[in-house]
Amino acid sequence: MDLHSLTIRAAHDLLREGKITSVELTGAVLDRIAKVDPAVRAYVTVCHDEAMAEAATADARLRSGEDVTLLTGIPYGVKDCLSTNGVRTTCSSAILEDYVPRYDATAISRLREAGAVLVGKHNMDEFGMGSSCENSALFNTHNPWDLARVPGGSSGGSAAAVAADMGLFSLGEDTGGSVRMPAGFCGVTGLKPTYGRVSRYGLIALASSFDSIGPFAHDVRDAALVTEVIAGHDPMDSTSTTAAVPDYAACMDRDLRGVRLGIPEEYFALGIDPGVDRAVRAAIDQLADLGAEVVPVSLPHTKYAIPIYYLILTAEASSNLARFDGVRYGLSLPEGGADVIDRYLQTRERGFGDEVKRRIMLGTFALSAGYYDAYYLRAQRVRTLLRQDFERAFEQVDALIAPVCPTTAFKIGEKIDDPLQMYLSDIHVVAANPGGVCALAVPCGFSEGLPVGMQVIGPPLGEPTVFRIGDAYQGATEWHLARPGVEGMSYD
Amino acid sequence: MTRDAYEPVIGMEIHAELRTKSKMFCGCPVVDTTVAEPNSAICPVCTALPGAMPVVNREAVAQAMMVGLALNCTINESSIFARKNYFYPDLPKGYQISQYDFPLATAGWIEVTPEGGEPVRIGITRAHMEEDTAKSEHYPAIWQETDAYTLVDFNRSGVPLLEIVSEPDMHSTAEALAYGTAIREILRYLGVNSGDMEKGVLRFEANVSVRPLGSETLGTRTEIKNLNSFRALVQASEYEIERQIGVLEAGGQVVQETLGWDAARGVTYSQRSKEHAHDYRYFPEPDLPPLHIDPAWVDEVRGALPELPAVKYERFTTALGLPENDARILVGERALADYFEAALAAYGGDPSEISKWVVGELSFLMNRDGVGIGDVKVAPDALSRLVTLLVKGTINQNGAKDVLGSMFETGRPPDEIVKEKGLVQISDSDALAAVVQEVIDENPDEVRTYLAGKATLLQWFMGQVMRKTRGRAKPPVVLALLRERLGEPESAG
Repeated sequence: MDLHSLTIRAAHDLLREGKITSVELTGAVLDRIAKVDPAVRAYVTVCHDEAMAEAATADARLRSGEDVTLLTGIPYGVKDCLSTNGVRTTCSSAILEDYVPRYDATAISRLREAGAVLVGKHNMDEFGMGSSCENSALFNTHNPWDLARVPGGSSGGSAAAVAADMGLFSLGEDTGGSVRMPAGFCGVTGLKPTYGRVSRYGLIALASSFDSIGPFAHDVRDAALVTEVIAGHDPMDSTSTTAAVPDYAACMDRDLRGVRLGIPEEYFALGIDPGVDRAVRAAIDQLADLGAEVVPVSLPHTKYAIPIYYLILTAEASSNLARFDGVRYGLSLPEGGADVIDRYLQTRERGFGDEVKRRIMLGTFALSAGYYDAYYLRAQRVRTLLRQDFERAFEQVDALIAPVCPTTAFKIGEKIDDPLQMYLSDIHVVAANPGGVCALAVPCGFSEGLPVGMQVIGPPLGEPTVFRIGDAYQGATEWHLARPGVEGMSYD
Repeated sequence: MTRDAYEPVIGMEIHAELRTKSKMFCGCPVVDTTVAEPNSAICPVCTALPGAMPVVNREAVAQAMMVGLALNCTINESSIFARKNYFYPDLPKGYQISQYDFPLATAGWIEVTPEGGEPVRIGITRAHMEEDTAKSEHYPAIWQETDAYTLVDFNRSGVPLLEIVSEPDMHSTAEALAYGTAIREILRYLGVNSGDMEKGVLRFEANVSVRPLGSETLGTRTEIKNLNSFRALVQASEYEIERQIGVLEAGGQVVQETLGWDAARGVTYSQRSKEHAHDYRYFPEPDLPPLHIDPAWVDEVRGALPELPAVKYERFTTALGLPENDARILVGERALADYFEAALAAYGGDPSEISKWVVGELSFLMNRDGVGIGDVKVAPDALSRLVTLLVKGTINQNGAKDVLGSMFETGRPPDEIVKEKGLVQISDSDALAAVVQEVIDENPDEVRTYLAGKATLLQWFMGQVMRKTRGRAKPPVVLALLRERLGEPESAG
């Protein structure tokens, strides 16, 4: 039995029955990382000793039988933009390469309280800016299905880690598709929860009004149970919702009769690869077979999603990233004395990568006197139209079905010199964030040996609906069970 | 043209730290930054660690509402926090959370009376909440030892600030002074600011322009930053008015710019011109939802507002009939006014008898020893008892001062001290008649002189009686006895 490839629920049963220990399970995951990660390169930091100590603590909790949760003793990793007390948190940026937070993000502390075991931190596009992990200042992460290809981004490390069994689940963060897109490229299940469903406290902000922390897992049921633990109001995040967290498992029902699914025509008119189109349409047929009623819908402002997203994101990011000034933490250049302007200039010049600088400049421009109304304010107005598109659609249907990405994983280096092409790879996922909705990515087949993902988009706080649909689909299909053959592979 | 041909126009921005227990957006305590160990009251939020998020301090909102209501503002049901973006080492996030186009309080006014002038109404444009910055301390280079360096103390970072912006309704430095004084007094009354300007909890900025008398259009204004005392406010504004008139008189144009005030040299100096003005790139703070204020909460705060200085002054001078000077001094400090009212409640007679002692001898003793009204040992009802003893004639004026001095030192009740010191006035005619006779018998020469026509000697005899009774004799009784025993002097002339 390969412990590292268990689902959370299967591992929990074994732990509970005393057939395995968390020390064994965590050890197996750490061994797997040692074996596979030199090729995949999902981890920025592996906390071997801390993880083994946490596993031993979890075992004591399991033995006592008290306060045991479904996550007690379960090893996981997390995108390197979530603050972890005492564990380096880099955002895959040179400016934070040696930064060690002194506090835990709320999502992390909730997982700690549940007894989950943190094995390490995952590579990402620097500050979440990118769709391929190639914007990491540290190194590239490789798609476990084809090491010459990207894992997607920006939470590429977190998706690749779960795909390659280097952690039973992981936490990513989705600002404009950053969970769903790599989930699709790596063939794993990933959720972008409704904005405000999961506290952002301790998440190093990209765009504060879009950032959503969500899980990667092997299937929908695992993703749902992780979501249930990290969700819920947090007094430290005033934008977190006070709505009660449902019992997601109780919402599962594999019979989809009575469920209405909308197919947004604009999403299928975007130049989708034939292999992707075929897989997603087959998945829609499968959902219809399960009893769902499928109807066409229109989201007429979809074409504005990318400009709205990039205007608001860059504006907020330009402000969010101002704190990295070399004064209190992180990179501080030059060595020795310098006046403060010099320190700002050198630290930020050397500390930020090209994409980060590009977006800071775009955002600074969009907020500048004389341009604010034309750019930021207009983007906010059109955002309202985008939101209304979704509201109207959800008056007719329970959820929307769409591809995650117009293509399968592209080659490393293929789009890195063309930022606009890179931005367009997010075209199907980006609208959910300004739209304020939730969206689930599930594997729905392969095209030329590479995974294809399907999105199930639900209304605000519609997680129970998207989980139910995704779970029903996985009950009838086996795509989510497929695993890449990374053993023995290496990448030079 | 001369100075008289121009009208100054002054608007003010006042930054007041609010007196909350914790900071504006985190749970760190608000400490006295002039004494606290640097960086002893900080956390991830107020040092802007990556991922930290702000949470609005409810008490700060309540205090800001109190001020807004006291300034007759509308409290907006919905207001929005905004980011003001700029780089500075004392601004850890690279932006200050403030309010911009949707502030908490708008469209208010207060009436102020400049020294020796008529009351004027000053419009309040807005009052909005924001957070204070950290404090930079600059250290100069020491030759052959260290380069110049700067340390940052984040204790002040995130302390709640209220910015009160006036309309350009002031037309003299006297009016600006009266306005600044009134705002400070109101803040102190509300208990939301100590008014300790030397500790920087209250800071002024003045927007100054001049225009030809009778003109309706505003001249080009300059903004004088960081005026940390009333003296600086008056001197800098006065200097700036003169300077601008000088520029115009010489045929020049006033340049819109931000100025500093060099108190040592007594001049303003340019900090940055309009072309170099910061573009703060304000946008709504995405980490905080709009601030919604329940009208019931506004009513609750309004109901709990204390009587404000202007209303109190009116009541003291009219209903209580206090002299204007007494009323002004009492109203100037809420605790002093409260003390006066407590003493008056235990009194029952003419209120000005009490106010005379509070603003007179008691204040003299407090100033002499540097004791605040809160630490005075004389209980308000003990003071009213002392005044009663005086008015009833049990003790005389000098005796009362003497007793108050002892009360001030010891806190003991006046009756006890009066008895101990033997200060009770002798009003018994028989007892005093013996003393008066003694004085007449001992001074035959003076009696003769008096009878010969030097009537003013009567005061001298009075003094002798007082000496023998150690001041306790009741003057009217003594006078009557002296006249009776000495007889009438011959009319002079």
